[in-house]
Amino acid sequence: MAILGLAIKSFRNRKFTTGLTVLSIALSVMLLLGIEKIRQGAETSFTSTISGTDLIVGARSSPVQLLLYSVFHIGNPTNNISGHSYEEISDHPQVEWAIPLSLGDSHKGYRVVGTTEQFYQHYRFARGQQLQLEQGQWFGEGYEAAVGAEVAATLGYRQGDQIIIAHGSGDESFITHKDKPFRVAGILKRTGTPVDRAVYVGLKSIDSIHQRFNADEHDHDPLMAHADHGEESEQGSLSAILLGLKSRGAALSMQRAINQDDHEPLTAIMPGVVLLEVWQMMSVVEKILMVVSGLVVTVGLFSMLIILMTSLNERRREMAILRSVGARPAHVFVLIMGEAVFLTLLAIGLGVAMVYGLMLLLQPWLESMYGLYVVISWPNTTELMLLMIIVLCGFVVGLIPGIRIYRYSLADGMTIRV
Amino acid sequence: MAEESTVIEIADLSFTWKKQAQPVLNIASLQINRGERVFLRGPSGSGKSTLLNLLAGVALPQSGMLKVLGQDMNALGSAQRDHFRAHHIGFIFQMFNLIPYLSVVENVTLPCHFSDKRKHKVLAQADSLDDEAIRLLDHLDMAQAEVLHKQVNELSVGQQQRVAAARALIGAPELVIADEPTSSLDADRRTAFIDLLFRECDNANATLIFVSHDNSLQAPFQRTIEFDQLNSAASDKQPKLHAVS
Repeated sequence: MAILGLAIKSFRNRKFTTGLTVLSIALSVMLLLGIEKIRQGAETSFTSTISGTDLIVGARSSPVQLLLYSVFHIGNPTNNISGHSYEEISDHPQVEWAIPLSLGDSHKGYRVVGTTEQFYQHYRFARGQQLQLEQGQWFGEGYEAAVGAEVAATLGYRQGDQIIIAHGSGDESFITHKDKPFRVAGILKRTGTPVDRAVYVGLKSIDSIHQRFNADEHDHDPLMAHADHGEESEQGSLSAILLGLKSRGAALSMQRAINQDDHEPLTAIMPGVVLLEVWQMMSVVEKILMVVSGLVVTVGLFSMLIILMTSLNERRREMAILRSVGARPAHVFVLIMGEAVFLTLLAIGLGVAMVYGLMLLLQPWLESMYGLYVVISWPNTTELMLLMIIVLCGFVVGLIPGIRIYRYSLADGMTIRV
Repeated sequence: MAEESTVIEIADLSFTWKKQAQPVLNIASLQINRGERVFLRGPSGSGKSTLLNLLAGVALPQSGMLKVLGQDMNALGSAQRDHFRAHHIGFIFQMFNLIPYLSVVENVTLPCHFSDKRKHKVLAQADSLDDEAIRLLDHLDMAQAEVLHKQVNELSVGQQQRVAAARALIGAPELVIADEPTSSLDADRRTAFIDLLFRECDNANATLIFVSHDNSLQAPFQRTIEFDQLNSAASDKQPKLHAVS
């Protein structure tokens, strides 16, 4: 109809200012959708920081604490698991594999994790991905270490370098195991998980440096200490155990059995469940992000309102001319309203295109750098709803100048004001 | 519509703007016949624009009779009045008559998009709306390629008024109303523009109502109506209404 043609030509005439408005709304739409996409990606990535592990076992503590120190290397275990319990659990008929983890040492602020070959074989992250080596091999017998990607990159380590492990966590530990440096046997490929920020060494070698350390400190014969099962010795004791079960369905009964163990107070958690709990604890951040991007959209729409309102006065003359050639007040209303809706739709189209373009561009990088896997798929219902809300807001924004020009046009008739 | 000999017929008309106590217009009687060239003279603020709004069907008189081309305006709904205006009346305003984002030709053909009647009238004679627009512009000495392709706001005021005249005339409306169309032109161009308007109204067989406060333009017109004498509301020396320009 004639009005549609007019609306488009009017838009083309003011394409610079309206183009800027469209761009600002499009950018805000991009931000809103982008944050929503990243939020979803972050949730999926976070909740699959560790996968394939059915249970994590540690000394009795809160599930979140156990998860944080065993997987994220945050905080410390309050107590250890005895070697006896480890053997008992790993021999359980339902257990497919058991990865022992011994924490408590560090290297230049990075956690040192004592573990075994099992870790390399069975640890899974993200969507069931296996650990891979960038260079060298997983540590073997003796004083060897496998280094996480971030540790290697930050400290500039290569295969064959010597590193010294410090007792306790933190950057500036006074007690170092200088006499027994570890050789970097291999460097892990980036995973985007806490694995990147850890140094992996053999359980036996970390035990043995502690033996020596304790022996020196207490002036014992190191050979004697080896046989010592006293309190000070950490021989065979562990911080946590990662369990893979023969059938996932057994996880619940296994968890109950461990939690009710008579010999030692233990806690077993299903990592997926606790990861989700931790994520929900952080949901406030995600809500703030959504609110901020919502505000950005509001600002974008306001800038459109301002542009439309300021153009009204100069367009009153145009409206009087249109009225004189037979346009109805409703035509005039539709002309302004249609422009707002058209601009909003254009902005949404542009914004969505920009989001998908950016995702295509950044997806591989986000995944390798941050372990963030953004899924490129059709907008889901949440996203469609966000877009619908924006269209609706655009409609409302159009109503304001639309109603005003309708009133002007009724009152002015063909009398040209301004 | 039947060939009416009377184009405008007013009897005992009274009009008051909303929220105003005093009427702006009180017209006992007015009759304008087909083909007349009428000079409607009155100072600004005297209610001329209000009368034009009534003739256009944008406003309705509260009392009295107003017939345009034999049609009682009070008998039409607002949509019908908008259609009636589109079909039968061409307007030329004082200045800035053109839609800035339309081309010269698009400005001229604009009324045809709101009135099928005028569109059909054009297409009965010409191949296309654009052809007719160019023919009219050519009559007004405005069909040179460089003029046609200019942005309308790059045209001189005189050129703009000629484009506005072409727009008022396209599709041969029965009534052409020009509201101070020459006030922004210099003296030489005023007479030239009025000559043009006369010639084109003759070609289109249109009645012309020319509104102005400028006595010097009066000469070529067959009939002059003094607005102050016509409108008894204005002679009551009531405070003038700000709503009327």
